[in-house]
Amino acid sequence: MEIIVAILSAAVRSGTPILYATLGEILTERSGVLNLGLEGIMLMGAFTGFSFTYATGNPWIGILAAFITGMAVTLIHAFLSITMGANQVVSGLAITMAGTGASSLLGRHYIGQTITGLSPVPVPFLHNIPVLGPVLFDHDPLVYISFFLVAGMTLFLGFTKAGLNLRAVGDSPRSADSVGINVQKIRYLYTIIGGGIVAIGGAYMSVAYTKMWGDLMTAGRGWIAVALVIFAIWHPLRAAFGSYLFGGVTAFQLRLQTAGTNIPTSLLMILPYALTILVLFFISVRQGKGILFGAPASLGQPFYREERD
Amino acid sequence: MNYGVKVEKRLYRPKWVSVLIPVAGLIMALIAGGFFLFLLGVSPFEAYSEMISSSLGNSYGLSETIVKAIPLAMAGIAVMLSFKMLIWNIGAEGQIVIGALATTAVVRYAYVDNSLLMFLMMFCAAGLAGGLWAAFAGYLKARWNVNEIITTLMMNYIALHLVDFFVYGPWRDPASLGFPMTKPYPEVARLYQFFGTRVHIGIIVAFLLGILFYWIFKNTRWGYEIKVIGENPRAADFAGINYVWNVVFVMFLSGAIAGIAGMSEIAGLQGRLQHGFSGGFGYTAIIVAWLARLNPLAILFVSFLMGALLVGGDSLQIVMRLPLSSTLVIQGLILFFILGGEFFRRYRIKIFKRKVK
Amino acid sequence: MIYQPETCLVEMKRITKKFAGFHANDQIDFDVRPGEVHALLGENGAGKTTLMNILSGLYVQEEGIIKVDNRKLVLKSPGDAIKAGIGMVHQHFMLVPSQTVWENMILGLEEIPWFLPKQKVIAKITEISRQYGLHVDPEAKVWQLSIGEQQRVAILKVLFRQANILILDEPTAVLTPQESQKLFQTVMQMRKEGHGIVFISHKLDEVMEFSDRVTVLRKGRKIDTVDTATITKHQLAEMMVGEKVAFTVDKPEIERGETVMKIDEISVLSDRGLSAVNNISLELHENEIVGIAGIAGNGQNELCEAIVGLRRPSSGHIFMSGHDLTSSRPKAFISAGVRYIPADRKGTGLIPNMNINENSILKKYWQKPVSKGFTIDWKAVLSFAKAIVDKFHVDTPSLETPVRNLSGGNLQKLMLGRELKDEPKLLVAVHPTWGLDVAATSFVRETILLERTRGASILFISEDLSELVSLSDRLAVIHKGEFMGILDDPASVDLDTIGLMMAGVSYSEVLAGGRS
Repeated sequence: MEIIVAILSAAVRSGTPILYATLGEILTERSGVLNLGLEGIMLMGAFTGFSFTYATGNPWIGILAAFITGMAVTLIHAFLSITMGANQVVSGLAITMAGTGASSLLGRHYIGQTITGLSPVPVPFLHNIPVLGPVLFDHDPLVYISFFLVAGMTLFLGFTKAGLNLRAVGDSPRSADSVGINVQKIRYLYTIIGGGIVAIGGAYMSVAYTKMWGDLMTAGRGWIAVALVIFAIWHPLRAAFGSYLFGGVTAFQLRLQTAGTNIPTSLLMILPYALTILVLFFISVRQGKGILFGAPASLGQPFYREERD
Repeated sequence: MNYGVKVEKRLYRPKWVSVLIPVAGLIMALIAGGFFLFLLGVSPFEAYSEMISSSLGNSYGLSETIVKAIPLAMAGIAVMLSFKMLIWNIGAEGQIVIGALATTAVVRYAYVDNSLLMFLMMFCAAGLAGGLWAAFAGYLKARWNVNEIITTLMMNYIALHLVDFFVYGPWRDPASLGFPMTKPYPEVARLYQFFGTRVHIGIIVAFLLGILFYWIFKNTRWGYEIKVIGENPRAADFAGINYVWNVVFVMFLSGAIAGIAGMSEIAGLQGRLQHGFSGGFGYTAIIVAWLARLNPLAILFVSFLMGALLVGGDSLQIVMRLPLSSTLVIQGLILFFILGGEFFRRYRIKIFKRKVK
Repeated sequence: MIYQPETCLVEMKRITKKFAGFHANDQIDFDVRPGEVHALLGENGAGKTTLMNILSGLYVQEEGIIKVDNRKLVLKSPGDAIKAGIGMVHQHFMLVPSQTVWENMILGLEEIPWFLPKQKVIAKITEISRQYGLHVDPEAKVWQLSIGEQQRVAILKVLFRQANILILDEPTAVLTPQESQKLFQTVMQMRKEGHGIVFISHKLDEVMEFSDRVTVLRKGRKIDTVDTATITKHQLAEMMVGEKVAFTVDKPEIERGETVMKIDEISVLSDRGLSAVNNISLELHENEIVGIAGIAGNGQNELCEAIVGLRRPSSGHIFMSGHDLTSSRPKAFISAGVRYIPADRKGTGLIPNMNINENSILKKYWQKPVSKGFTIDWKAVLSFAKAIVDKFHVDTPSLETPVRNLSGGNLQKLMLGRELKDEPKLLVAVHPTWGLDVAATSFVRETILLERTRGASILFISEDLSELVSLSDRLAVIHKGEFMGILDDPASVDLDTIGLMMAGVSYSEVLAGGRS
């Protein structure tokens, strides 16, 4: 039983950076923009978070810096995709490359350094609940913030005016435009904010999870997040489920490793990726041919008002 | 008198724009990259001149550039094939790696003391492995519309871990002091290298592929069908072109060529399978294909340029102690500017005088 | 006629709008008075929608001014127009399909508070519904509603925003005759309440019956604005077209020949897996035009796709000249002599980015003489394409011009030419004259009649009932995937009867006096 609680608790921690990235990308994709640069943005976030924390001793400054950096990097993608109508797949890949390269380049002097970073803050009373306590309420503040983010986004998307506008822009930009909603502005806004949130996911890795910097430390989590957005059918609650599931598999596999099982590490590492493909397969088959239900209908397509056929 | 700026769709696309934009994009990327280097305390002039002289300034550099260009050209053509159908196969990296894995397996378990036979077996094994690796994702996409970006990406990581399993484990060279690599290939399995340089037979394969596919797309029925699918899948359906079969077949070909690129890199250049041997050139191949605007002949040229960039990056690492990933930044910047430049292919900006009443 | 002269709700003066090389609107004057129904009449491409898009803020004019309630206004966005009291119901409804009616209703409204007041909105919707007789379920998701209901939502949306001026763009294009009647009742109600209503149309009958005034546009220019009571249908037609228009079609008497295709109790599923065609049987003969009438979305598309091999029927058989083609690929149908002109030309039939040469061989590239083994003989392609362009008078600068640069009429001629070049046995044509100018329309109709004389079998789908009735030898009416009846002498049947059949009443019921 102890082990299960430990794994679940590790699942939450391990899933948190992915959750941030997934949530950020959900905001972006809901507006109709596809951002595949998550891995690069996360690495930049991890670097900025680490370096600013290292320099100032204050992890919150690091996280804020990461958020701003994420927004700045995403601005490039936003400009290319929204205003210039460029191919969003290639643009996202370019961001990934540039972000990965830049983070390696900038971080080369920090390799191996450590910081104090964020420590777990148990929630009074709640963390004593058997099972749920250690699993949910004995983590660092960023984890708690992610809980609020999930709840907040759910309320936002379903019950607020701004959420309605966002959904309309993603599902039918022409209709949104015809009632006076500024489609480009909304796309810029949510793409950039989404990118900032993704960067926080990266910062989590360096400032809270490992408290050190390593080259390419996100190890593909950005890409997992891209997959999870589809798995979550663009909804924050399912995103949380997916992120923790993935985190759980990763944590489980690490446990198996340290428990000295005969299955070699490398093969175990394949589990999460294979699982993702499996899940994606089941969702796609269920949705029926050609229509990915729940996807923002205009995803990946630029919008220009005066297009005349 | 009031001036207004209007963005108008072009009625026709002039040829000069197609050439000017990649060139202009490249130049602007180098400028931006130089600025970035400057901010890092590195002199851009020093860096760039070092890169150019090391890659193109001497015969060793030139041969190294070609050596780097060979797998890029092959992988670039592989990527181009699927991109032409708007299938976003970003799994070239994994297909390359799986091809190399299959090649090593052939050397290990099917060794024959005959160069030509070995070459053929390795060629087929690598092609088959890479092809199946990609066709799997292709089938999922064609039949159930499973997003190929995700599946090919996941397959990349799976392939990388598979290789790790073998090179850290059962296939590790006992003489390698714990480093994750296999024993060196026997001479027979190695590809012929020209004149004492490291340029190997792969270069012929690359050229043949480039010319072959250029001819295919220009003159054959199948090339026409692929173009139609890429431009308009519904019209393709309408013309009776079988979508599922074509997607799977093209993905298979794409993966096969990438696998062969992996084989040529291992058997031609490195001589053994090791962790991280590919250095991400499966992703670089995507840039090459995109920069070359999916034209097979242009891919040959662009991969040469990219090879120069990578060799330059190597020397930057040795001489100026910058990490290898610095070139990634330049690659990303090039893509940015090219993407931005694409805009001017489709639209033009008109400045006009607005009459004020 | 209830209107107050001299006080206009809206005045547009000297409006000019250019698009990549031509004038969509050229110095047009237009005004709307309170309590009037003002029709905007013209051919497709005359500039009606452009003009109204300017009025509703979607486009900005290059020259000219707009006055609302005598104040000069600049309408830079749809938001500005809504604030000025102008609301437009577009041909393709600007609704978000995945959202509910009430969410669509308040989309973009600034005075809505941050937390969506669902109940209040629903209450207001119910109130307006009652006032104007437009009934919908506020909590339904738009994609679940029928086209008629969706249109009601679109109109409600405009009324919800307290629009004074309502613009309806071709509102009856997707409605049955009965639904159209209901719509016009609503329009009359709005007129009584003092709104100004503009409706865009190219249907002369509607315009004659429901408008107070009509403005005719032709090729971007205004021809005239007249009181409807003082003009005749023929005069309007002449203004629209600029020349005397014949309303009848010259159809030679021909006896129909052998059976070309036999459709035997087929059922076809839609993309969503629901039943679109339900046990339909039909025989198509040489020298015959069979028309299918019906509201869009009742299975015509799925039926046509099955007939040309693009969609496999879930049950039943299709026989072409005796051979069972039911489970064959599209290529087999093409080789058997079936040709298809789909409704969306740029979408399915042609490839916009490819040039005329490349498009012309879409149905032929695997056959000689265009193909030689594995390769394509581009010289043969050039002569093939040239033959099509010459015979069908396709207006294009060169054969290398990308097809996206051609006008609608020329696109249609190219497609027609390509499909007919091989003298097909069966031609399936869906909305072939939609969006074409008068010259192109009569060219297409004549070509189809010539094919009929040559011996082809033609299956013809159109939403223009009069076109269907005058061209078809037999007319089938489809409703929810079933034939309500197949009429052997369509010209002799009452349009009202056909309308009833389109709405789901079978022919036998109609004959039995089952008029609702």
